[in-house]
Amino acid sequence: MSASAAPSRARELLGVSALTNKALTSWLHGLPGIDAVGCEGRAAALSTRSIKTDAKAWAIDTAISMIDLTTLEGADTPGKVRALCAKAVTPDPVDPTTPRPAAICVYNDLVGIAREALGDSGIHVAAVATAFPSGRASLEVKLADTQDAVDLGADEIDMVIDRGAFLAGDYRTVFDQIVAVKEACGEAHLKVILETGELATYDNVRRASWLAMLAGADFIKTSTGKISPAATLPVTLVMLEAVRDWRDLTGVQIGVKPAGGIKTTKDALKYLVTLNEIAGEDWLTPQWFRFGASSLLGDLLQQRRKLATGVYTGSRDVTID
Amino acid sequence: MSPRFDYAPAPESTAVVDIAPSYDLFINGEFTAPLSERTFATINPATEEKLSQVAAAGADDVDRAVKAARRAYTRVWGPMPGAERAKYLYRIARILAERSREFAVLETLDNGKPIKESRDVDVPTAAAHFFYHAGWADKLEYAGLGAAPAPLGVVGQVIPWNFPLLMLAWKIAPALATGNTVVLKPAETTPLTALLFADVCRQADLPPGVVNIVTGAGETGQALVEHPDIDKIAFTGSTEVGKQIARSVAGTDKRVTLELGGKAANVVFDDAPIDQAVEGIVNGIFFNQGHVCCAGSRLLVQESVAEEVVHRLQRRLQTLRLGDPLDKNTDIGAINSQAQLDRITELTAAGEAEGATRWSPPCELPDRGFWFAPTVFTDVSQAHRIAREEIFGPVLSVLTFRTPEEAVARANNTTYGLSAGVWTEKGSRILWMADKLRAGVVWANTFNRFDPTSPFGGYAESGYGREGGRHGLAAYVTAEGTH
Repeated sequence: MSASAAPSRARELLGVSALTNKALTSWLHGLPGIDAVGCEGRAAALSTRSIKTDAKAWAIDTAISMIDLTTLEGADTPGKVRALCAKAVTPDPVDPTTPRPAAICVYNDLVGIAREALGDSGIHVAAVATAFPSGRASLEVKLADTQDAVDLGADEIDMVIDRGAFLAGDYRTVFDQIVAVKEACGEAHLKVILETGELATYDNVRRASWLAMLAGADFIKTSTGKISPAATLPVTLVMLEAVRDWRDLTGVQIGVKPAGGIKTTKDALKYLVTLNEIAGEDWLTPQWFRFGASSLLGDLLQQRRKLATGVYTGSRDVTID
Repeated sequence: MSPRFDYAPAPESTAVVDIAPSYDLFINGEFTAPLSERTFATINPATEEKLSQVAAAGADDVDRAVKAARRAYTRVWGPMPGAERAKYLYRIARILAERSREFAVLETLDNGKPIKESRDVDVPTAAAHFFYHAGWADKLEYAGLGAAPAPLGVVGQVIPWNFPLLMLAWKIAPALATGNTVVLKPAETTPLTALLFADVCRQADLPPGVVNIVTGAGETGQALVEHPDIDKIAFTGSTEVGKQIARSVAGTDKRVTLELGGKAANVVFDDAPIDQAVEGIVNGIFFNQGHVCCAGSRLLVQESVAEEVVHRLQRRLQTLRLGDPLDKNTDIGAINSQAQLDRITELTAAGEAEGATRWSPPCELPDRGFWFAPTVFTDVSQAHRIAREEIFGPVLSVLTFRTPEEAVARANNTTYGLSAGVWTEKGSRILWMADKLRAGVVWANTFNRFDPTSPFGGYAESGYGREGGRHGLAAYVTAEGTH
């Protein structure tokens, strides 16, 4: 969907002639509530699924292919980014059948370095833009930030919403900013970071998810990784319900990206089970689901070797980046 | 097309349990051959394979058990200080927790329920009942049951097959905590965890005769109920048998508590948290294959959201996994017996014949064993048998209502009154509903939650007396001094 089409589709969905903040508020507040105990209970129940043998092998490879391999530090250097790209291109030098992660995720000044290092590997470059992680800048600055990343060759833009505006009930501002950033993205895919750790309630997560989808997000993403808690299974479950219900309503499929705090294969399997049973198997590809993670890849590679060879290699046998 | 992410089989190992080819009766701390010289087979309902041959206690055997219990009550357990009794209960609780895998696997083999339920619900909750009641044993004078509540004496307990170990714990823990001794009869299709519990009693050095286990069918239960030296009967099971028990003890000074059938209403309002309500509906009726007396077998959904709720429910049911109960990913296990399967089959056929619309998700049933696909009936009216009779299987009847008053009227329009559920984001409505619903347990925005601190029991044909919590103790003591 083109960016400019979002407001007119929103007016149509809401059944209003003008997309006022009041109209957005009554629509978002009309979504069914979420009972926190029940939601967490459902996530806990899904966590008890036991994934073994063939299913585990499939899930590990799928999880690897869904990783946005991420480095978002003030200390990031061209050398660090190149090393990460090399890891993405050849995740396991011992086993060339190992799938590659979906993307490298960096701050936008390092997009050019990543682009060059990844060459024609097919691995995408994702850039965090829009005054990441706080989002506390004017729209002009956010758009310039986005434009910069796109000009440097980013395939995907991870933007942050204005949580201050959201919590103040100014949904229209959040909506408008997403629409504007989407337009600045051009061909690049837009992931909208809700920063669920700052939204505090599941009801807010649901509303923010619907608001982002209404404004034209291609993906909704839990967290920047800079705030605790980052991704949790119940929050991701709520977002998966949102994309499922959005497709029912509009026919449009949206992706989901939990990010931050997912470190082990065991964690990743719980997310894939939840994805499978909440959103459904249509979402089980890197096109529709990503993990924002840095250390997860190492554990997945270790578990992959364990499954293939029957023995655990030490963590020293897996390259750190 | 096979699903993209098909979970590979993940069966729990059965190596942890050691099932003997045959079992005797547990009387006076020892396994002893039945005087009746009769036995019966117990089978795995998921495969129809025989698990063991079990003694069928006759009236003489029951008499031996009651005499052992009387002796233990008079000489040891009755006079023992509460603080000492507590030690035994704590010890039993810890052993149950330590041997939890063994109990879970055995329960699943004998009952057919999914291992995830026996592992995550039945066994831990059974241990929790012993821990909870252990705490009461030396504090009974503070329970609001009189200044010096005294035990009743020998208690006869008859339990059902749906939660064999958990129902045993519900019965034995409060009886022992209050100073009574017990003769317990497990259901004839699920005797094995009770017999393993006998081993736990020995491991805990429980004095002989405090707990006696007599296996057998209805005849054994009748002998126990009619035994003249029983002071109290505690029964959980069908309303039909409950009525027989009430008749048989009429005119005696035996006390009775009965926990019988149910046809619970699970009421979903239009302002409910819909996704969690759907989970609650699933948990309400498909937990334990619907073999739950307090199951939410009648879904009352507000007409304005009925279509959406049913749509979401049907989508959800397609993700339920039916099959090998020992597989850790199984959600729906086997029906406990051929007789129960026949009853479910008969009642669902009646539902169709009476004009309700039947739906099940695509679901392959195993070739051997007793199985029934999760089933939802829509277009159900209050007059249909499937809206009135307890099916005790994975079968949900969906009815609609327009106003809160109508919801209450329909929910209460039943001969039962064990449990109910209310789903709404409006707190005041929850309280209003809880006040109006004639049900012993009302769950708000949840369903089928059990806790030893919370009393459980019914109204009307769901029986009388409470189990669990402070209220549950009342059924096992007298305020009038030593009996």
